[in-house]
Amino acid sequence: MSDLTLTKKDFTSDQEVRWCPGCGDYSILSTMQAYLPELGIARENIVFISGIGCSSRFPYYLNTFGMHSVHGRAPAIASGLAIARPDLTVFVITGDGDALSIGGNHLIHALRRNVELKILLFNNRIYGLTKGQYSPTSEAGKITKSTPLGSLDTPFNPISLALGAEASFVARTVDSDRKHLTETLRAATAHKGSALIEIYQNCPIFNDGAFDAVKDSDTKEATLLQMIDGQPIKSSKFGVIQKGATFEVVELSSVDESQLVIHDSHNPDPSYAFALSRLSGSELTHVPVGVFRDVARPGYSSLVHGQLDEIIKSQGKGDLSKLLSGNDTWVVA
Amino acid sequence: MSKPVVTLNSVVIRFAGDSGDGMQLTGDRFTMDTASLGNDLITLPNYPAEIRAPQGTLLGVSSFQLHFADHHVRSPGDAPDVLVAMNPAALKANIKDMPRGATIIVDKDEFIPRNLTKVGYETNPLEDGSLDSFHVHAVPLTSMTVGALSELSLTRKEAERSKNMFALGILTWMYHRPTEATEKFLTAKFANKPEILQANLLAYRTGWNYGETTEDFANSFEVAPTKMPAGKYRNISGNAALALGLIAAGEKSGLQIFLGSYPITPASDILHELSKQKKFNIITFQAEDEIAAVGAALGASYGGALGITSTSGPGVALKSEMIGLGVMLELPLIIIDVQRGGPSTGLPTKTEQADLLQVMYGRNGESPAVVLACSTPSDSFEMAFEAVRIATTYRVPVFLLSDGYIANGSEPWRIPDEASLPKINVEFAKTQEDFLPYLRDPKTLARPWAIPGTPGIEHRIGGIEKADKTGAISYDPANHDFMVRTRQAKIDGIEIPDLIVDDPTGDAEVLILGWGSSYGPIATAVEVLRANGENIAHAQLRYINPFPKNLGEILNKYQRVLLPEMNLGQLGMMLRAKYLKDIVGFNVVRGLPFSTNELVEAAMGVLHV
Ligand SMILES: Cc1ncc(C[n+]2csc(CCOP(=O)(O)OP(=O)(O)O)c2C)c(N)n1
Ligand code: SF4
Ligand SMILES: [Mg+2]
Repeated sequence: MSDLTLTKKDFTSDQEVRWCPGCGDYSILSTMQAYLPELGIARENIVFISGIGCSSRFPYYLNTFGMHSVHGRAPAIASGLAIARPDLTVFVITGDGDALSIGGNHLIHALRRNVELKILLFNNRIYGLTKGQYSPTSEAGKITKSTPLGSLDTPFNPISLALGAEASFVARTVDSDRKHLTETLRAATAHKGSALIEIYQNCPIFNDGAFDAVKDSDTKEATLLQMIDGQPIKSSKFGVIQKGATFEVVELSSVDESQLVIHDSHNPDPSYAFALSRLSGSELTHVPVGVFRDVARPGYSSLVHGQLDEIIKSQGKGDLSKLLSGNDTWVVA
Repeated sequence: MSKPVVTLNSVVIRFAGDSGDGMQLTGDRFTMDTASLGNDLITLPNYPAEIRAPQGTLLGVSSFQLHFADHHVRSPGDAPDVLVAMNPAALKANIKDMPRGATIIVDKDEFIPRNLTKVGYETNPLEDGSLDSFHVHAVPLTSMTVGALSELSLTRKEAERSKNMFALGILTWMYHRPTEATEKFLTAKFANKPEILQANLLAYRTGWNYGETTEDFANSFEVAPTKMPAGKYRNISGNAALALGLIAAGEKSGLQIFLGSYPITPASDILHELSKQKKFNIITFQAEDEIAAVGAALGASYGGALGITSTSGPGVALKSEMIGLGVMLELPLIIIDVQRGGPSTGLPTKTEQADLLQVMYGRNGESPAVVLACSTPSDSFEMAFEAVRIATTYRVPVFLLSDGYIANGSEPWRIPDEASLPKINVEFAKTQEDFLPYLRDPKTLARPWAIPGTPGIEHRIGGIEKADKTGAISYDPANHDFMVRTRQAKIDGIEIPDLIVDDPTGDAEVLILGWGSSYGPIATAVEVLRANGENIAHAQLRYINPFPKNLGEILNKYQRVLLPEMNLGQLGMMLRAKYLKDIVGFNVVRGLPFSTNELVEAAMGVLHV
């Protein structure tokens, strides 16, 4: 049996890590390796399934079970695994192109079903592996190799999308903030159903500085609106207040602290989290981070197995002989 | 006084009507009652793709053909002896298939000017003499049904709906079929609708009495039971048999079945059948699309379940990339392709064998997979079991081909003794030091089935080429060449039974070779040819990748080989390429199974060059 007092080293595979120097994926990997021992789950019961992209190389570097699969399809494969094997802890590693472009369909359906998957969406707002085309999260007007005159598409807000897909757990964090990333992983793994974590990830090669506003020490305190349950949603400079049916970001100096919205990720009404998700646009002047939504809803695999257990309890285990015979038979002597 | 009884050896009946007339149900009931009398039979349902095509039009005609006999039958029959046509459209759509002297029963009430002009009859065929060469029974089915139900508090429309049961009653009388099973069936079906139940039973019995008492029908007919091997029988469709084969294999392997599927005609019934049998601890997952369906199945296989996906040609096209991953990961995976007319949406409710090259070669790279084909409805049970045996033993994706003809067609099936089914041995990799995920079994070349949850063998796999034995990512040229060849060698080395040739004299010069669902039509044609004194051999391929080891030898033994396919020569191309043997193709893609006549004619052309 595995020794459950594991260390970061136990979760580090012997594979040489091959991301570009300075890639945000390194810090996410290192934070994950350091976090996994805390989970208290044996290595053999953890599985990482990824799609295709720079980020999707992630499973190779973890000494757990892992599968690097097909572009966009990791949530589908992981759903099959999680449903067949509810005893496992299954992570999905995906990129903004992988999850939101080619694999958009699988992502929304995994979330709506609430399959017990922890989905980590590495959002660098670019296609990294294919060398820098714009992605579904790139800001409109983005100049890339495939859009020399600027992209024309309106980007997705992954948090809004996930909430629209009935996700029961949605959070946002930043690659370089180990502490916040760890806390977010902790909350996601404690959640019973699907969890989607959007991780802002810097790609220094093809989209460097995309997240400077939330990473630079001189701006981040002001930009990041911290969502902590039971506390007012605010950054060092801004706060969130109720305005009519929705929320508004205002300078802290302009309101009394008591007017600020007190965060409640367990609010059953998804429009609460949705309104928060709309506070940041692609220009990143103020960005809510933390858990937007965390509500209890039965996980899909537990429902599947509940149905099986129930039918077997009420009708007994299937009898093959009886099944083969069917209802209408005749005998030839 | 009862009417004279004529004994017949074989009968082909076609029920045809509007798609809302309940012809499939009528045909099904007649089939069940015929099966229970011990006649061998084959059925051929044929219905439009639209659920409710425009009423009374040629497009909306749905039919069900049944061939039953006192001897072994292998095809649904070319030419019906009896046509039941519920309206002018049904008559018009089917009359060209009727031989002179055949019996035609029509609902006279429907032959009104409006319905006649709708399908282009300028005069009433019941009156203009155009049906003089047939025995026509113009029965006022609608008005008699409505009349019989006048005591019930039903609207006219509701009452009319039972006219198919009136027609079934007449046929049941005509061919001395027992009535109890159908009455029991109706009672169960309409248990919660006593009025409708009454209506159906009354219409059924009135139809029977009509046959017995009116002058219109002079004779009734008898078809003696077929001599069949002793055993317990049931009637079964290909889709149902295939589902049972999977369940049986699940039980015999001890693996949990995980079916990932997305609804598509004509494969959906496999999803329905397995979904009904959850008490066998079966997981069915209706995915968001075909890609997710096969992806989830592969994920389940990775976890140690028996991953299966069921679809038709368009779905296979979507699944290709994921099946390629299955080839790379070397995990068990079963892909059921119930073929239909293509390309694109094609003919969703019609049959075809044109996905063969797609399943063989329709993936990027050198991506070999096993291909099996069911030859009859009941053979689908055996081939499904085989698919599981091969997939789990060799850890490979296995395609199982069926098609609309055998999937929906049915025949009597001798129910196998559960205890006689072989056990399928499955072994998962155990905890060990220095585990090598791509170390192969020297005999099968299979890699270990190493499932999560097993301590000490944590490892990473993926679609990138991997190094021999370790499975680590490898871009090494020699290793890639080796792995490509090894994956192929694994498929080539799969143990399968030799091809059996039916060549009674042992010295036929001509072999008629078929694959999959053409078995019945070819076997029937061969019987006719032999009865005419022709010397011809027949073999039917059910294993296509790999081919049986003795196939080359068999092809070379015969001077000429005729290969009928419901495509433009796909297997022919494979055989010519592999065995350098000239093959004479006979290719028809009408969406229908081969007729005996066209096969006999084609064979005569090859027999007498
Ligand atoms: C079917 C298919 N189409 C296209 C590709 C090429 N491709 C690989 S990764 C990728 C985009 C990756 O972007 P993202 O998901 O954002 O990952 P990142 O590299 O940025 O981490 C593309 C288009 C592929 N591997 N497979
Ligand atoms: S291209 Fe960008 S995302 Fe990919 S490894 Fe390099 S830095 Fe990271
Ligand atoms: Mg990206």
